[in-house]
Amino acid sequence: MADQYDIIVIGGGPGGYVAAIRAAQLGFKTAVVEREHLGGICLNWGCIPTKALLRSAEIYHYATHAKDYGLVLEGTIRPDPAAVVKRSRGVSTQLNNGVAFLMKKNKIDVIWGQATVTKPGEIVVKDAAKPRDGTAAAPKGTKGAGTYAAKHIIVATGARPRVLPGLEPDGKLVWTYFEAMVPETMPKSLLVVGSGAIGIEFASFYRTLGAEVTVVEVLPQILPVEDAEIAALARKRFEKQGIKVMTGAKVTKLDKKADSVTATIDDGKGGTQSLTVDRVISAVGVVGNVENLGLEALGVTLDRGTIKTDGFGKTSVAGIYAIGDVAGPPMLAHKAEHEGVICVEAIKGLHPHAMDKLMIPGCTYCHPQIASVGLTEAKAKEAGYDIRVGRFPFIGNGKAIALGEPDGLVKTIFDRKTGKLLGAHMVGAEVTELIQGFVIAMNLETTEEELINAVFPHPTLSEMMHESVMDAYGRVIHT
Amino acid sequence: MPANILMPALSPTMEKGNLAKWLKKEGDKVSSGDVLAEIETDKATMEVEAVDEGILAKIVVPEGTADVPVNELIAVIASDGEDPKAVAASAGTGGAAAAPAKSEAPKAEPPKKTEPPQDAPASAPAEAKASPAPQPVAQPQPAGKPAAGEGGRVFASPLARRLAREGGLDIAAIQGSGPHGRIVERDVKAALVGGTAKAAPAQPAAAQAAAPAPAPEAALATGPSDEAVKKLFEPGSYEEVPHDQMRKIIARRLVESKQTVPHFYLTVDCELDALLALREQINKAAPTDKDGKPAYKISVNDFVIKALALALMRVPEANVAWTESVMLKFKQADVGVAVSIPGGLITPVVRKAETKSLSTISNEMKDYAARARTRKLKPEEYQGGSTAVSNLGMFGIKDFAAVINPPHATILAVGAGEKRVVVKNDAPAIATIMSVTLSTDHRAVDGALGAELISAFKQLIENPMGMLV
Repeated sequence: MADQYDIIVIGGGPGGYVAAIRAAQLGFKTAVVEREHLGGICLNWGCIPTKALLRSAEIYHYATHAKDYGLVLEGTIRPDPAAVVKRSRGVSTQLNNGVAFLMKKNKIDVIWGQATVTKPGEIVVKDAAKPRDGTAAAPKGTKGAGTYAAKHIIVATGARPRVLPGLEPDGKLVWTYFEAMVPETMPKSLLVVGSGAIGIEFASFYRTLGAEVTVVEVLPQILPVEDAEIAALARKRFEKQGIKVMTGAKVTKLDKKADSVTATIDDGKGGTQSLTVDRVISAVGVVGNVENLGLEALGVTLDRGTIKTDGFGKTSVAGIYAIGDVAGPPMLAHKAEHEGVICVEAIKGLHPHAMDKLMIPGCTYCHPQIASVGLTEAKAKEAGYDIRVGRFPFIGNGKAIALGEPDGLVKTIFDRKTGKLLGAHMVGAEVTELIQGFVIAMNLETTEEELINAVFPHPTLSEMMHESVMDAYGRVIHT
Repeated sequence: MPANILMPALSPTMEKGNLAKWLKKEGDKVSSGDVLAEIETDKATMEVEAVDEGILAKIVVPEGTADVPVNELIAVIASDGEDPKAVAASAGTGGAAAAPAKSEAPKAEPPKKTEPPQDAPASAPAEAKASPAPQPVAQPQPAGKPAAGEGGRVFASPLARRLAREGGLDIAAIQGSGPHGRIVERDVKAALVGGTAKAAPAQPAAAQAAAPAPAPEAALATGPSDEAVKKLFEPGSYEEVPHDQMRKIIARRLVESKQTVPHFYLTVDCELDALLALREQINKAAPTDKDGKPAYKISVNDFVIKALALALMRVPEANVAWTESVMLKFKQADVGVAVSIPGGLITPVVRKAETKSLSTISNEMKDYAARARTRKLKPEEYQGGSTAVSNLGMFGIKDFAAVINPPHATILAVGAGEKRVVVKNDAPAIATIMSVTLSTDHRAVDGALGAELISAFKQLIENPMGMLV
């Protein structure tokens, strides 16, 4: 007799484990199936360990610029790649254990292995392949291979790096984020293909630690989903740091040598260049893990490589749900978490509201940071809005000057007719921590009036958010 | 784990309904698919089915309760192995995490409007009384004010408040769909598009409390107050019949239609002789079953439905519905047909009427009419459509103009077919004539376009063979 659950979540990433906790809170008997790492890519190979790497880069940057702050630092300051990586892995391990603890605390069973949905209401779990970093097979206290039954099955299997023909990662010379996260030695030169958040963060990290970095983007703008003005400002900063940026360009060929790669790059203007680098990072996006789950056989409708859902996780087959990256873009951890929660709440009959994807913020932790929510200026115009745009530069903010971070911009976009905040876009120090203010404002449907009437603390970077709103309405003070 | 039974929404726009009847008692065993209760809305009665198995532990909302908001907890089912008493107890106290909406959330109904606050000397109702203004909104009340009398607060987002103010809607009369019933942007937008502020029906308590006027239907100018009307008649000379839900809806929707839809009217006379001859032929040819009952009996109205549908296909620009932002242009002709039922009327929709044979339309209408009378039509059967037919010919009405049923762009009022003297080849002749009048929403269909539609209709009616191919 198979173990019977109310809900089984396949995948223990940020979408899956959060969905499981919410399910447990609502009184469901719940299990999570995981084949590699609790916490998923986010916690083990994505969001979190990269933030640890970037923190090392940031400290290194400050240390090498100590004299800008009136400090004398004597002796050599140099990154120790092994130690930097070790710290990053340690951060992941700590949080990974944290998720295991949360599962236990919420009485959620963890089933270790690779799951296949055999029919609605039943999964078969097989032993998984060996984890990437060779860590323990099944952690203590987990259940193993077998047949498990559940009234509701939530697929939360996440995504993996996209592979482009000719750019196939080999783990040695051509890296994905997996290898880029644990370099054995620091490459002296690096080619990053793709300028989304992942590509740009690695470019920023390796450049700060001294590598010669070239970023190639096929679209006309780096950070293609961001507002064009913000992306252009960021590009200027990157180029000032010595990152070489090529947009509208394409890597057409990679010639691998023993310890270097020669790339042929079509510069999009009719010319080709050849560039020899130690390593290549392929950061051309991610694709949903929809395969080997038995979904096709059950007739679950897929849409462009992801699972089609109704906005509350329901797929085309009753009893099977999908959330997170595997349920479509934007492929972000916080989107996955929220989808997990509303999926479980809908199963419970709590009538949650469907997620408004326009209100999902995006953050890139390069230097300077990028953060945004809502429509870009171009998208707002495309949608037919008559807009007001507010801008406030970091140079006008006291705190930014005191921090020694005078570069950046806070841009806000309002619907002229209603005063609805349509979008907010920021580049500069700490903006990833600031964006939530605008996220809350949008979710509460504030207009410019409440934002202008709110008192922002002085001196803070957040004052720039206030000023940007005021600028949109011709009331800016400090420019 | 106990399962909560919530007030279902029978249609996307339904906000509340009446709990007509419980078909199970507390303590009854229920299995999946059992009918638990009957819910009544303005126009339909629907059954609530059990999804889970177990024991009906507690009925939270007793039968006969009117205006139960959608998603309100109405009953709790204890699943197998659970003690129904314990489940009922926890549901009763609202202590169970399972019933959050019950105790915490403010009910999603607007605050009661009793007397206006003393410092606001009833100006709104008084002015509304003095001038039954043609303006859609006589008195937009400042947000939050209506609730001030009770010290309550209208929970609405700033954007919703601004949109309501600019759209001239009374925010307090709008039903919120946000967290805890908070009024958010989409609610105001829906109210603006719907042309009403989804005003709650005046609460009986408010009317009795000598309030000068019932709560105004926010977006619309109000007529004279109840008291003003009653004053004109000698007490005791009339009986007061409370409005049922259908009457309220008819009143609201038709006032909304006449106040927000710019109507114009086009009348033509159609010669019916060819159609009547064809109809006789068709009906005679109907196969009969063993009791001698014919398989179909086509009425003139069935021809009218089919002709209107085909006319819409020939003049697709008129097969539309107006919205503020865009014109909805339909690919098929869904024709509503007004069916008179005791206490009101309802307009079931013949979908894709252009593709259906006359016999199919005829039998479909017979089924609709029968179920309309028992109020068993499903919302999806009477919602939508781009036009409607209203036929009063059977009462000998020669010609009349009907009120458009939003969001339809047109409605065809059909009079009686009667023998009239007409001029044919410069000589008087006798023909069977049916006058029809098309009421048209001028926002969506202009004069010439309306004329084109009704000409196409006339052409089809007068050459009815064209409908058979």
